[in-house]
Amino acid sequence: MSQTVHSSGDHQPDENRRDFLTLATTAVGVVGTGVALWPFVDSMNPSKDVLALASVEVSLSNIPVGQAVKVMWRGKPVFIRHRTEREINEAEEVALNELVDPQSDEARVEKKEWLIVVGVCTHLGCIPMGTATGEARGDFDGWYCPCHGSHYDTSGRIRKGPAPKNLEVPTYTFLTDTTVKIG
Amino acid sequence: MSAPVWNNKVVKWVDDRLPVFTMLHHSAYEYPTPKNLSYMWNFGSLAGFVLVTMILTGIFLVMNYTPHADMAFWSVERIMRDVNYGWLIRYIHMNGASMFFICVYIHIFRGLYYGSYKAPREVLWWIGILILLAMMATAFMGYVLPWGQMSFWGATVITNLFSAFPIIGDPLVTWLWGGFSVDNPTLNRFFSLHYLMPFVILGLVVLHVWALHSVRSNNPTGVEIKTPQDAIPFHPYYTIKDLFGMGVFLIFFMFFVFFAPDFFGEPDNYIPANPLVTPPHIVPEWYFLPFYAILRSIDFTVFGIPAKLLGVLAMFASIIVLFVIPWLDTSKVRSSKFRPVYKWFFLILFIDCFVLGYCGKKAPDDYFMGIEGLKVIVVGQLATLYYFAHFLVVMPIVGKLERPKPLPTSISESVLKEGANA
Repeated sequence: MSQTVHSSGDHQPDENRRDFLTLATTAVGVVGTGVALWPFVDSMNPSKDVLALASVEVSLSNIPVGQAVKVMWRGKPVFIRHRTEREINEAEEVALNELVDPQSDEARVEKKEWLIVVGVCTHLGCIPMGTATGEARGDFDGWYCPCHGSHYDTSGRIRKGPAPKNLEVPTYTFLTDTTVKIG
Repeated sequence: MSAPVWNNKVVKWVDDRLPVFTMLHHSAYEYPTPKNLSYMWNFGSLAGFVLVTMILTGIFLVMNYTPHADMAFWSVERIMRDVNYGWLIRYIHMNGASMFFICVYIHIFRGLYYGSYKAPREVLWWIGILILLAMMATAFMGYVLPWGQMSFWGATVITNLFSAFPIIGDPLVTWLWGGFSVDNPTLNRFFSLHYLMPFVILGLVVLHVWALHSVRSNNPTGVEIKTPQDAIPFHPYYTIKDLFGMGVFLIFFMFFVFFAPDFFGEPDNYIPANPLVTPPHIVPEWYFLPFYAILRSIDFTVFGIPAKLLGVLAMFASIIVLFVIPWLDTSKVRSSKFRPVYKWFFLILFIDCFVLGYCGKKAPDDYFMGIEGLKVIVVGQLATLYYFAHFLVVMPIVGKLERPKPLPTSISESVLKEGANA
C-alpha cells in the first residue's frame, strides 16, 4: 500500500475493516475448533448400548416382609426392601426438620411396603450394608456405609455421617402387583 | 562456552544440519554445575531413570494385558504366572510407581529446603509441579488397570469426588465413567490415558531440564555461580556421581522387586473387582495418603459450602498453593542452611506430611497412635491446618522477621572453608 493512501486520511475505515476481519476470522476459528472437538468429548459420554441396558424388570413375589434384595441396574446395585409395619411407621413419624436432606417418606415410595433406592452411598459411592439379613443396619434401622460411617434410615434418608444426600430413588413403575420395572 | 569442533565427518555433517550433537555437548558435557552439590541433587536424574524404566516395562506389559472388565484381572494373573519373566516386568512396574514418588518427593523437599523455587527458578518449579500432577493422574489410572477390588473402589471413590461440584458434578462424573458406574468404558479410557500420560510427562521433563539449564542448578549454599571457580563441568563429575547414586538406588529398588514385591500394595487388589461389594476399608496407595487425609479432614460446612466440596477443594488447593510459594516466601536467602528459624518450621512441615500420611491410612474414628481419646480425624485436621499455615502464614512472616546467618561470598569460599573445618 502506497504512502499516499495512508496519508490521505481515509485509512481509519481501512483499519476498522482489518480489525473486523481479524475478529471474525478468530471467532469462526474458535467456534469451528469447538465444533470439531465436540464429537471427541461426547464420545466419552455413555454410548447407545450402555443406555439401552438402562432398565430392568424385577419380580417381587419371593421377597418376604422384613427382607431386602440387591439387583443390578446400570452397573449399580438397587436395594428393594419389603418394609415391615414398624419400619414404615418409623419412616413416616420422623419430623422433617430433623433430617439432613428433608424429604417425606411419601415422596420416596409408590407403595408403602416397597422401598426402592439406588444402593450407592451419596458420599463417595460405596455400597452401604444392611440389605442382607444379619448385616449392620446402622443407628436408624436402614443402611450403614462402612467406608466413612454414614447412617441411613428405613426410608433410605441420610441421618448421620458425611453423606450429603438421601439414597437416590430411581424411576420405576409397578407393571403388576408383584413386578416392578426400574429405569 | 565455545562451540565444540567435530572431527568425525559424519557427526559434523549431521551437526551442521541439525546441531543435536552440539546441544548434547552443551547440556550433558560442559554444562557448568556448582561444585558443591550434595547427594540430595541425585534425585532428579533418578526420577528420570525411573520414568524411562516405567515406560519400558509398561510397553512390555501392554503386549500381554487385556483392557476389558471381564478379562483384565485374569490377563494380569496370566502375566504373573505364564508369561516368561512377566512377574519380573510387572513387579518392576508396580514398585517403580512407588520408587518414582519416593524420588520425586525427596526432590521436592530438597527444593523446598534449599529455596530452589525462588527467582529466577519459578518456571522451573512450576513445570515440576505440573509433572507431579501428571504423575498423580497416571499413577491413579494405572492402579485401576488390574481391575481388582481396590482398583475398582479406588476409581469409584476418586471419580465420585467430582460429583461434589454443584450443577456440573453429576454429568461430569457420568462423562468420566462413560456410563452410570465405573465399568468397562471407564477401564478402556483409563488404559488409553495411562499409556498417553507418560509421554506427556516426558515432554514436561524436557521442558524442566531446558528451564534448569537456562537458570542453572541451585546448590546447598543457595549462592549463584559467580566465577568459573564455582563450577565444574557436568561430565565426568556429575555423570559419574549420578551413576553411583543410581547403583545404590537400584539396590533399594530391587530389594522390593525381589524380596517384598507387594510391600507397597494392598492385598485386596488380588480379589477381582466386584461392583456389589465394597471392601470394608478403602485406602489409596501410600503416595496419595497425605492428600487423602486433607480431603477427609474437612467434615464441616463453611458458609453453606458442603463438607464434601470443601474437602475436594482443600485437596486440590494443597498442590495449587505450591505454585505461589515463590512469592509467599519473603526471605532474601534461598538456602535454609542459613535460616536459623525457618529451618525448624521446615522440619515441622516435613513431619506434618508424615502425620497426614498416617491419618490418611487410618479410619477417621481410630485413635491416633493408639492414644485414647485422640481421634485420627482431629489430628488430621490439625495437620491440615499446619500444612496450609506453613505456606500461607509462616513463609511470609518468618521471611520478614528472621535474621539469616551470613552467607558465604561464593560457592568456592564455602567449599574451602568447610574443607578447612573438616
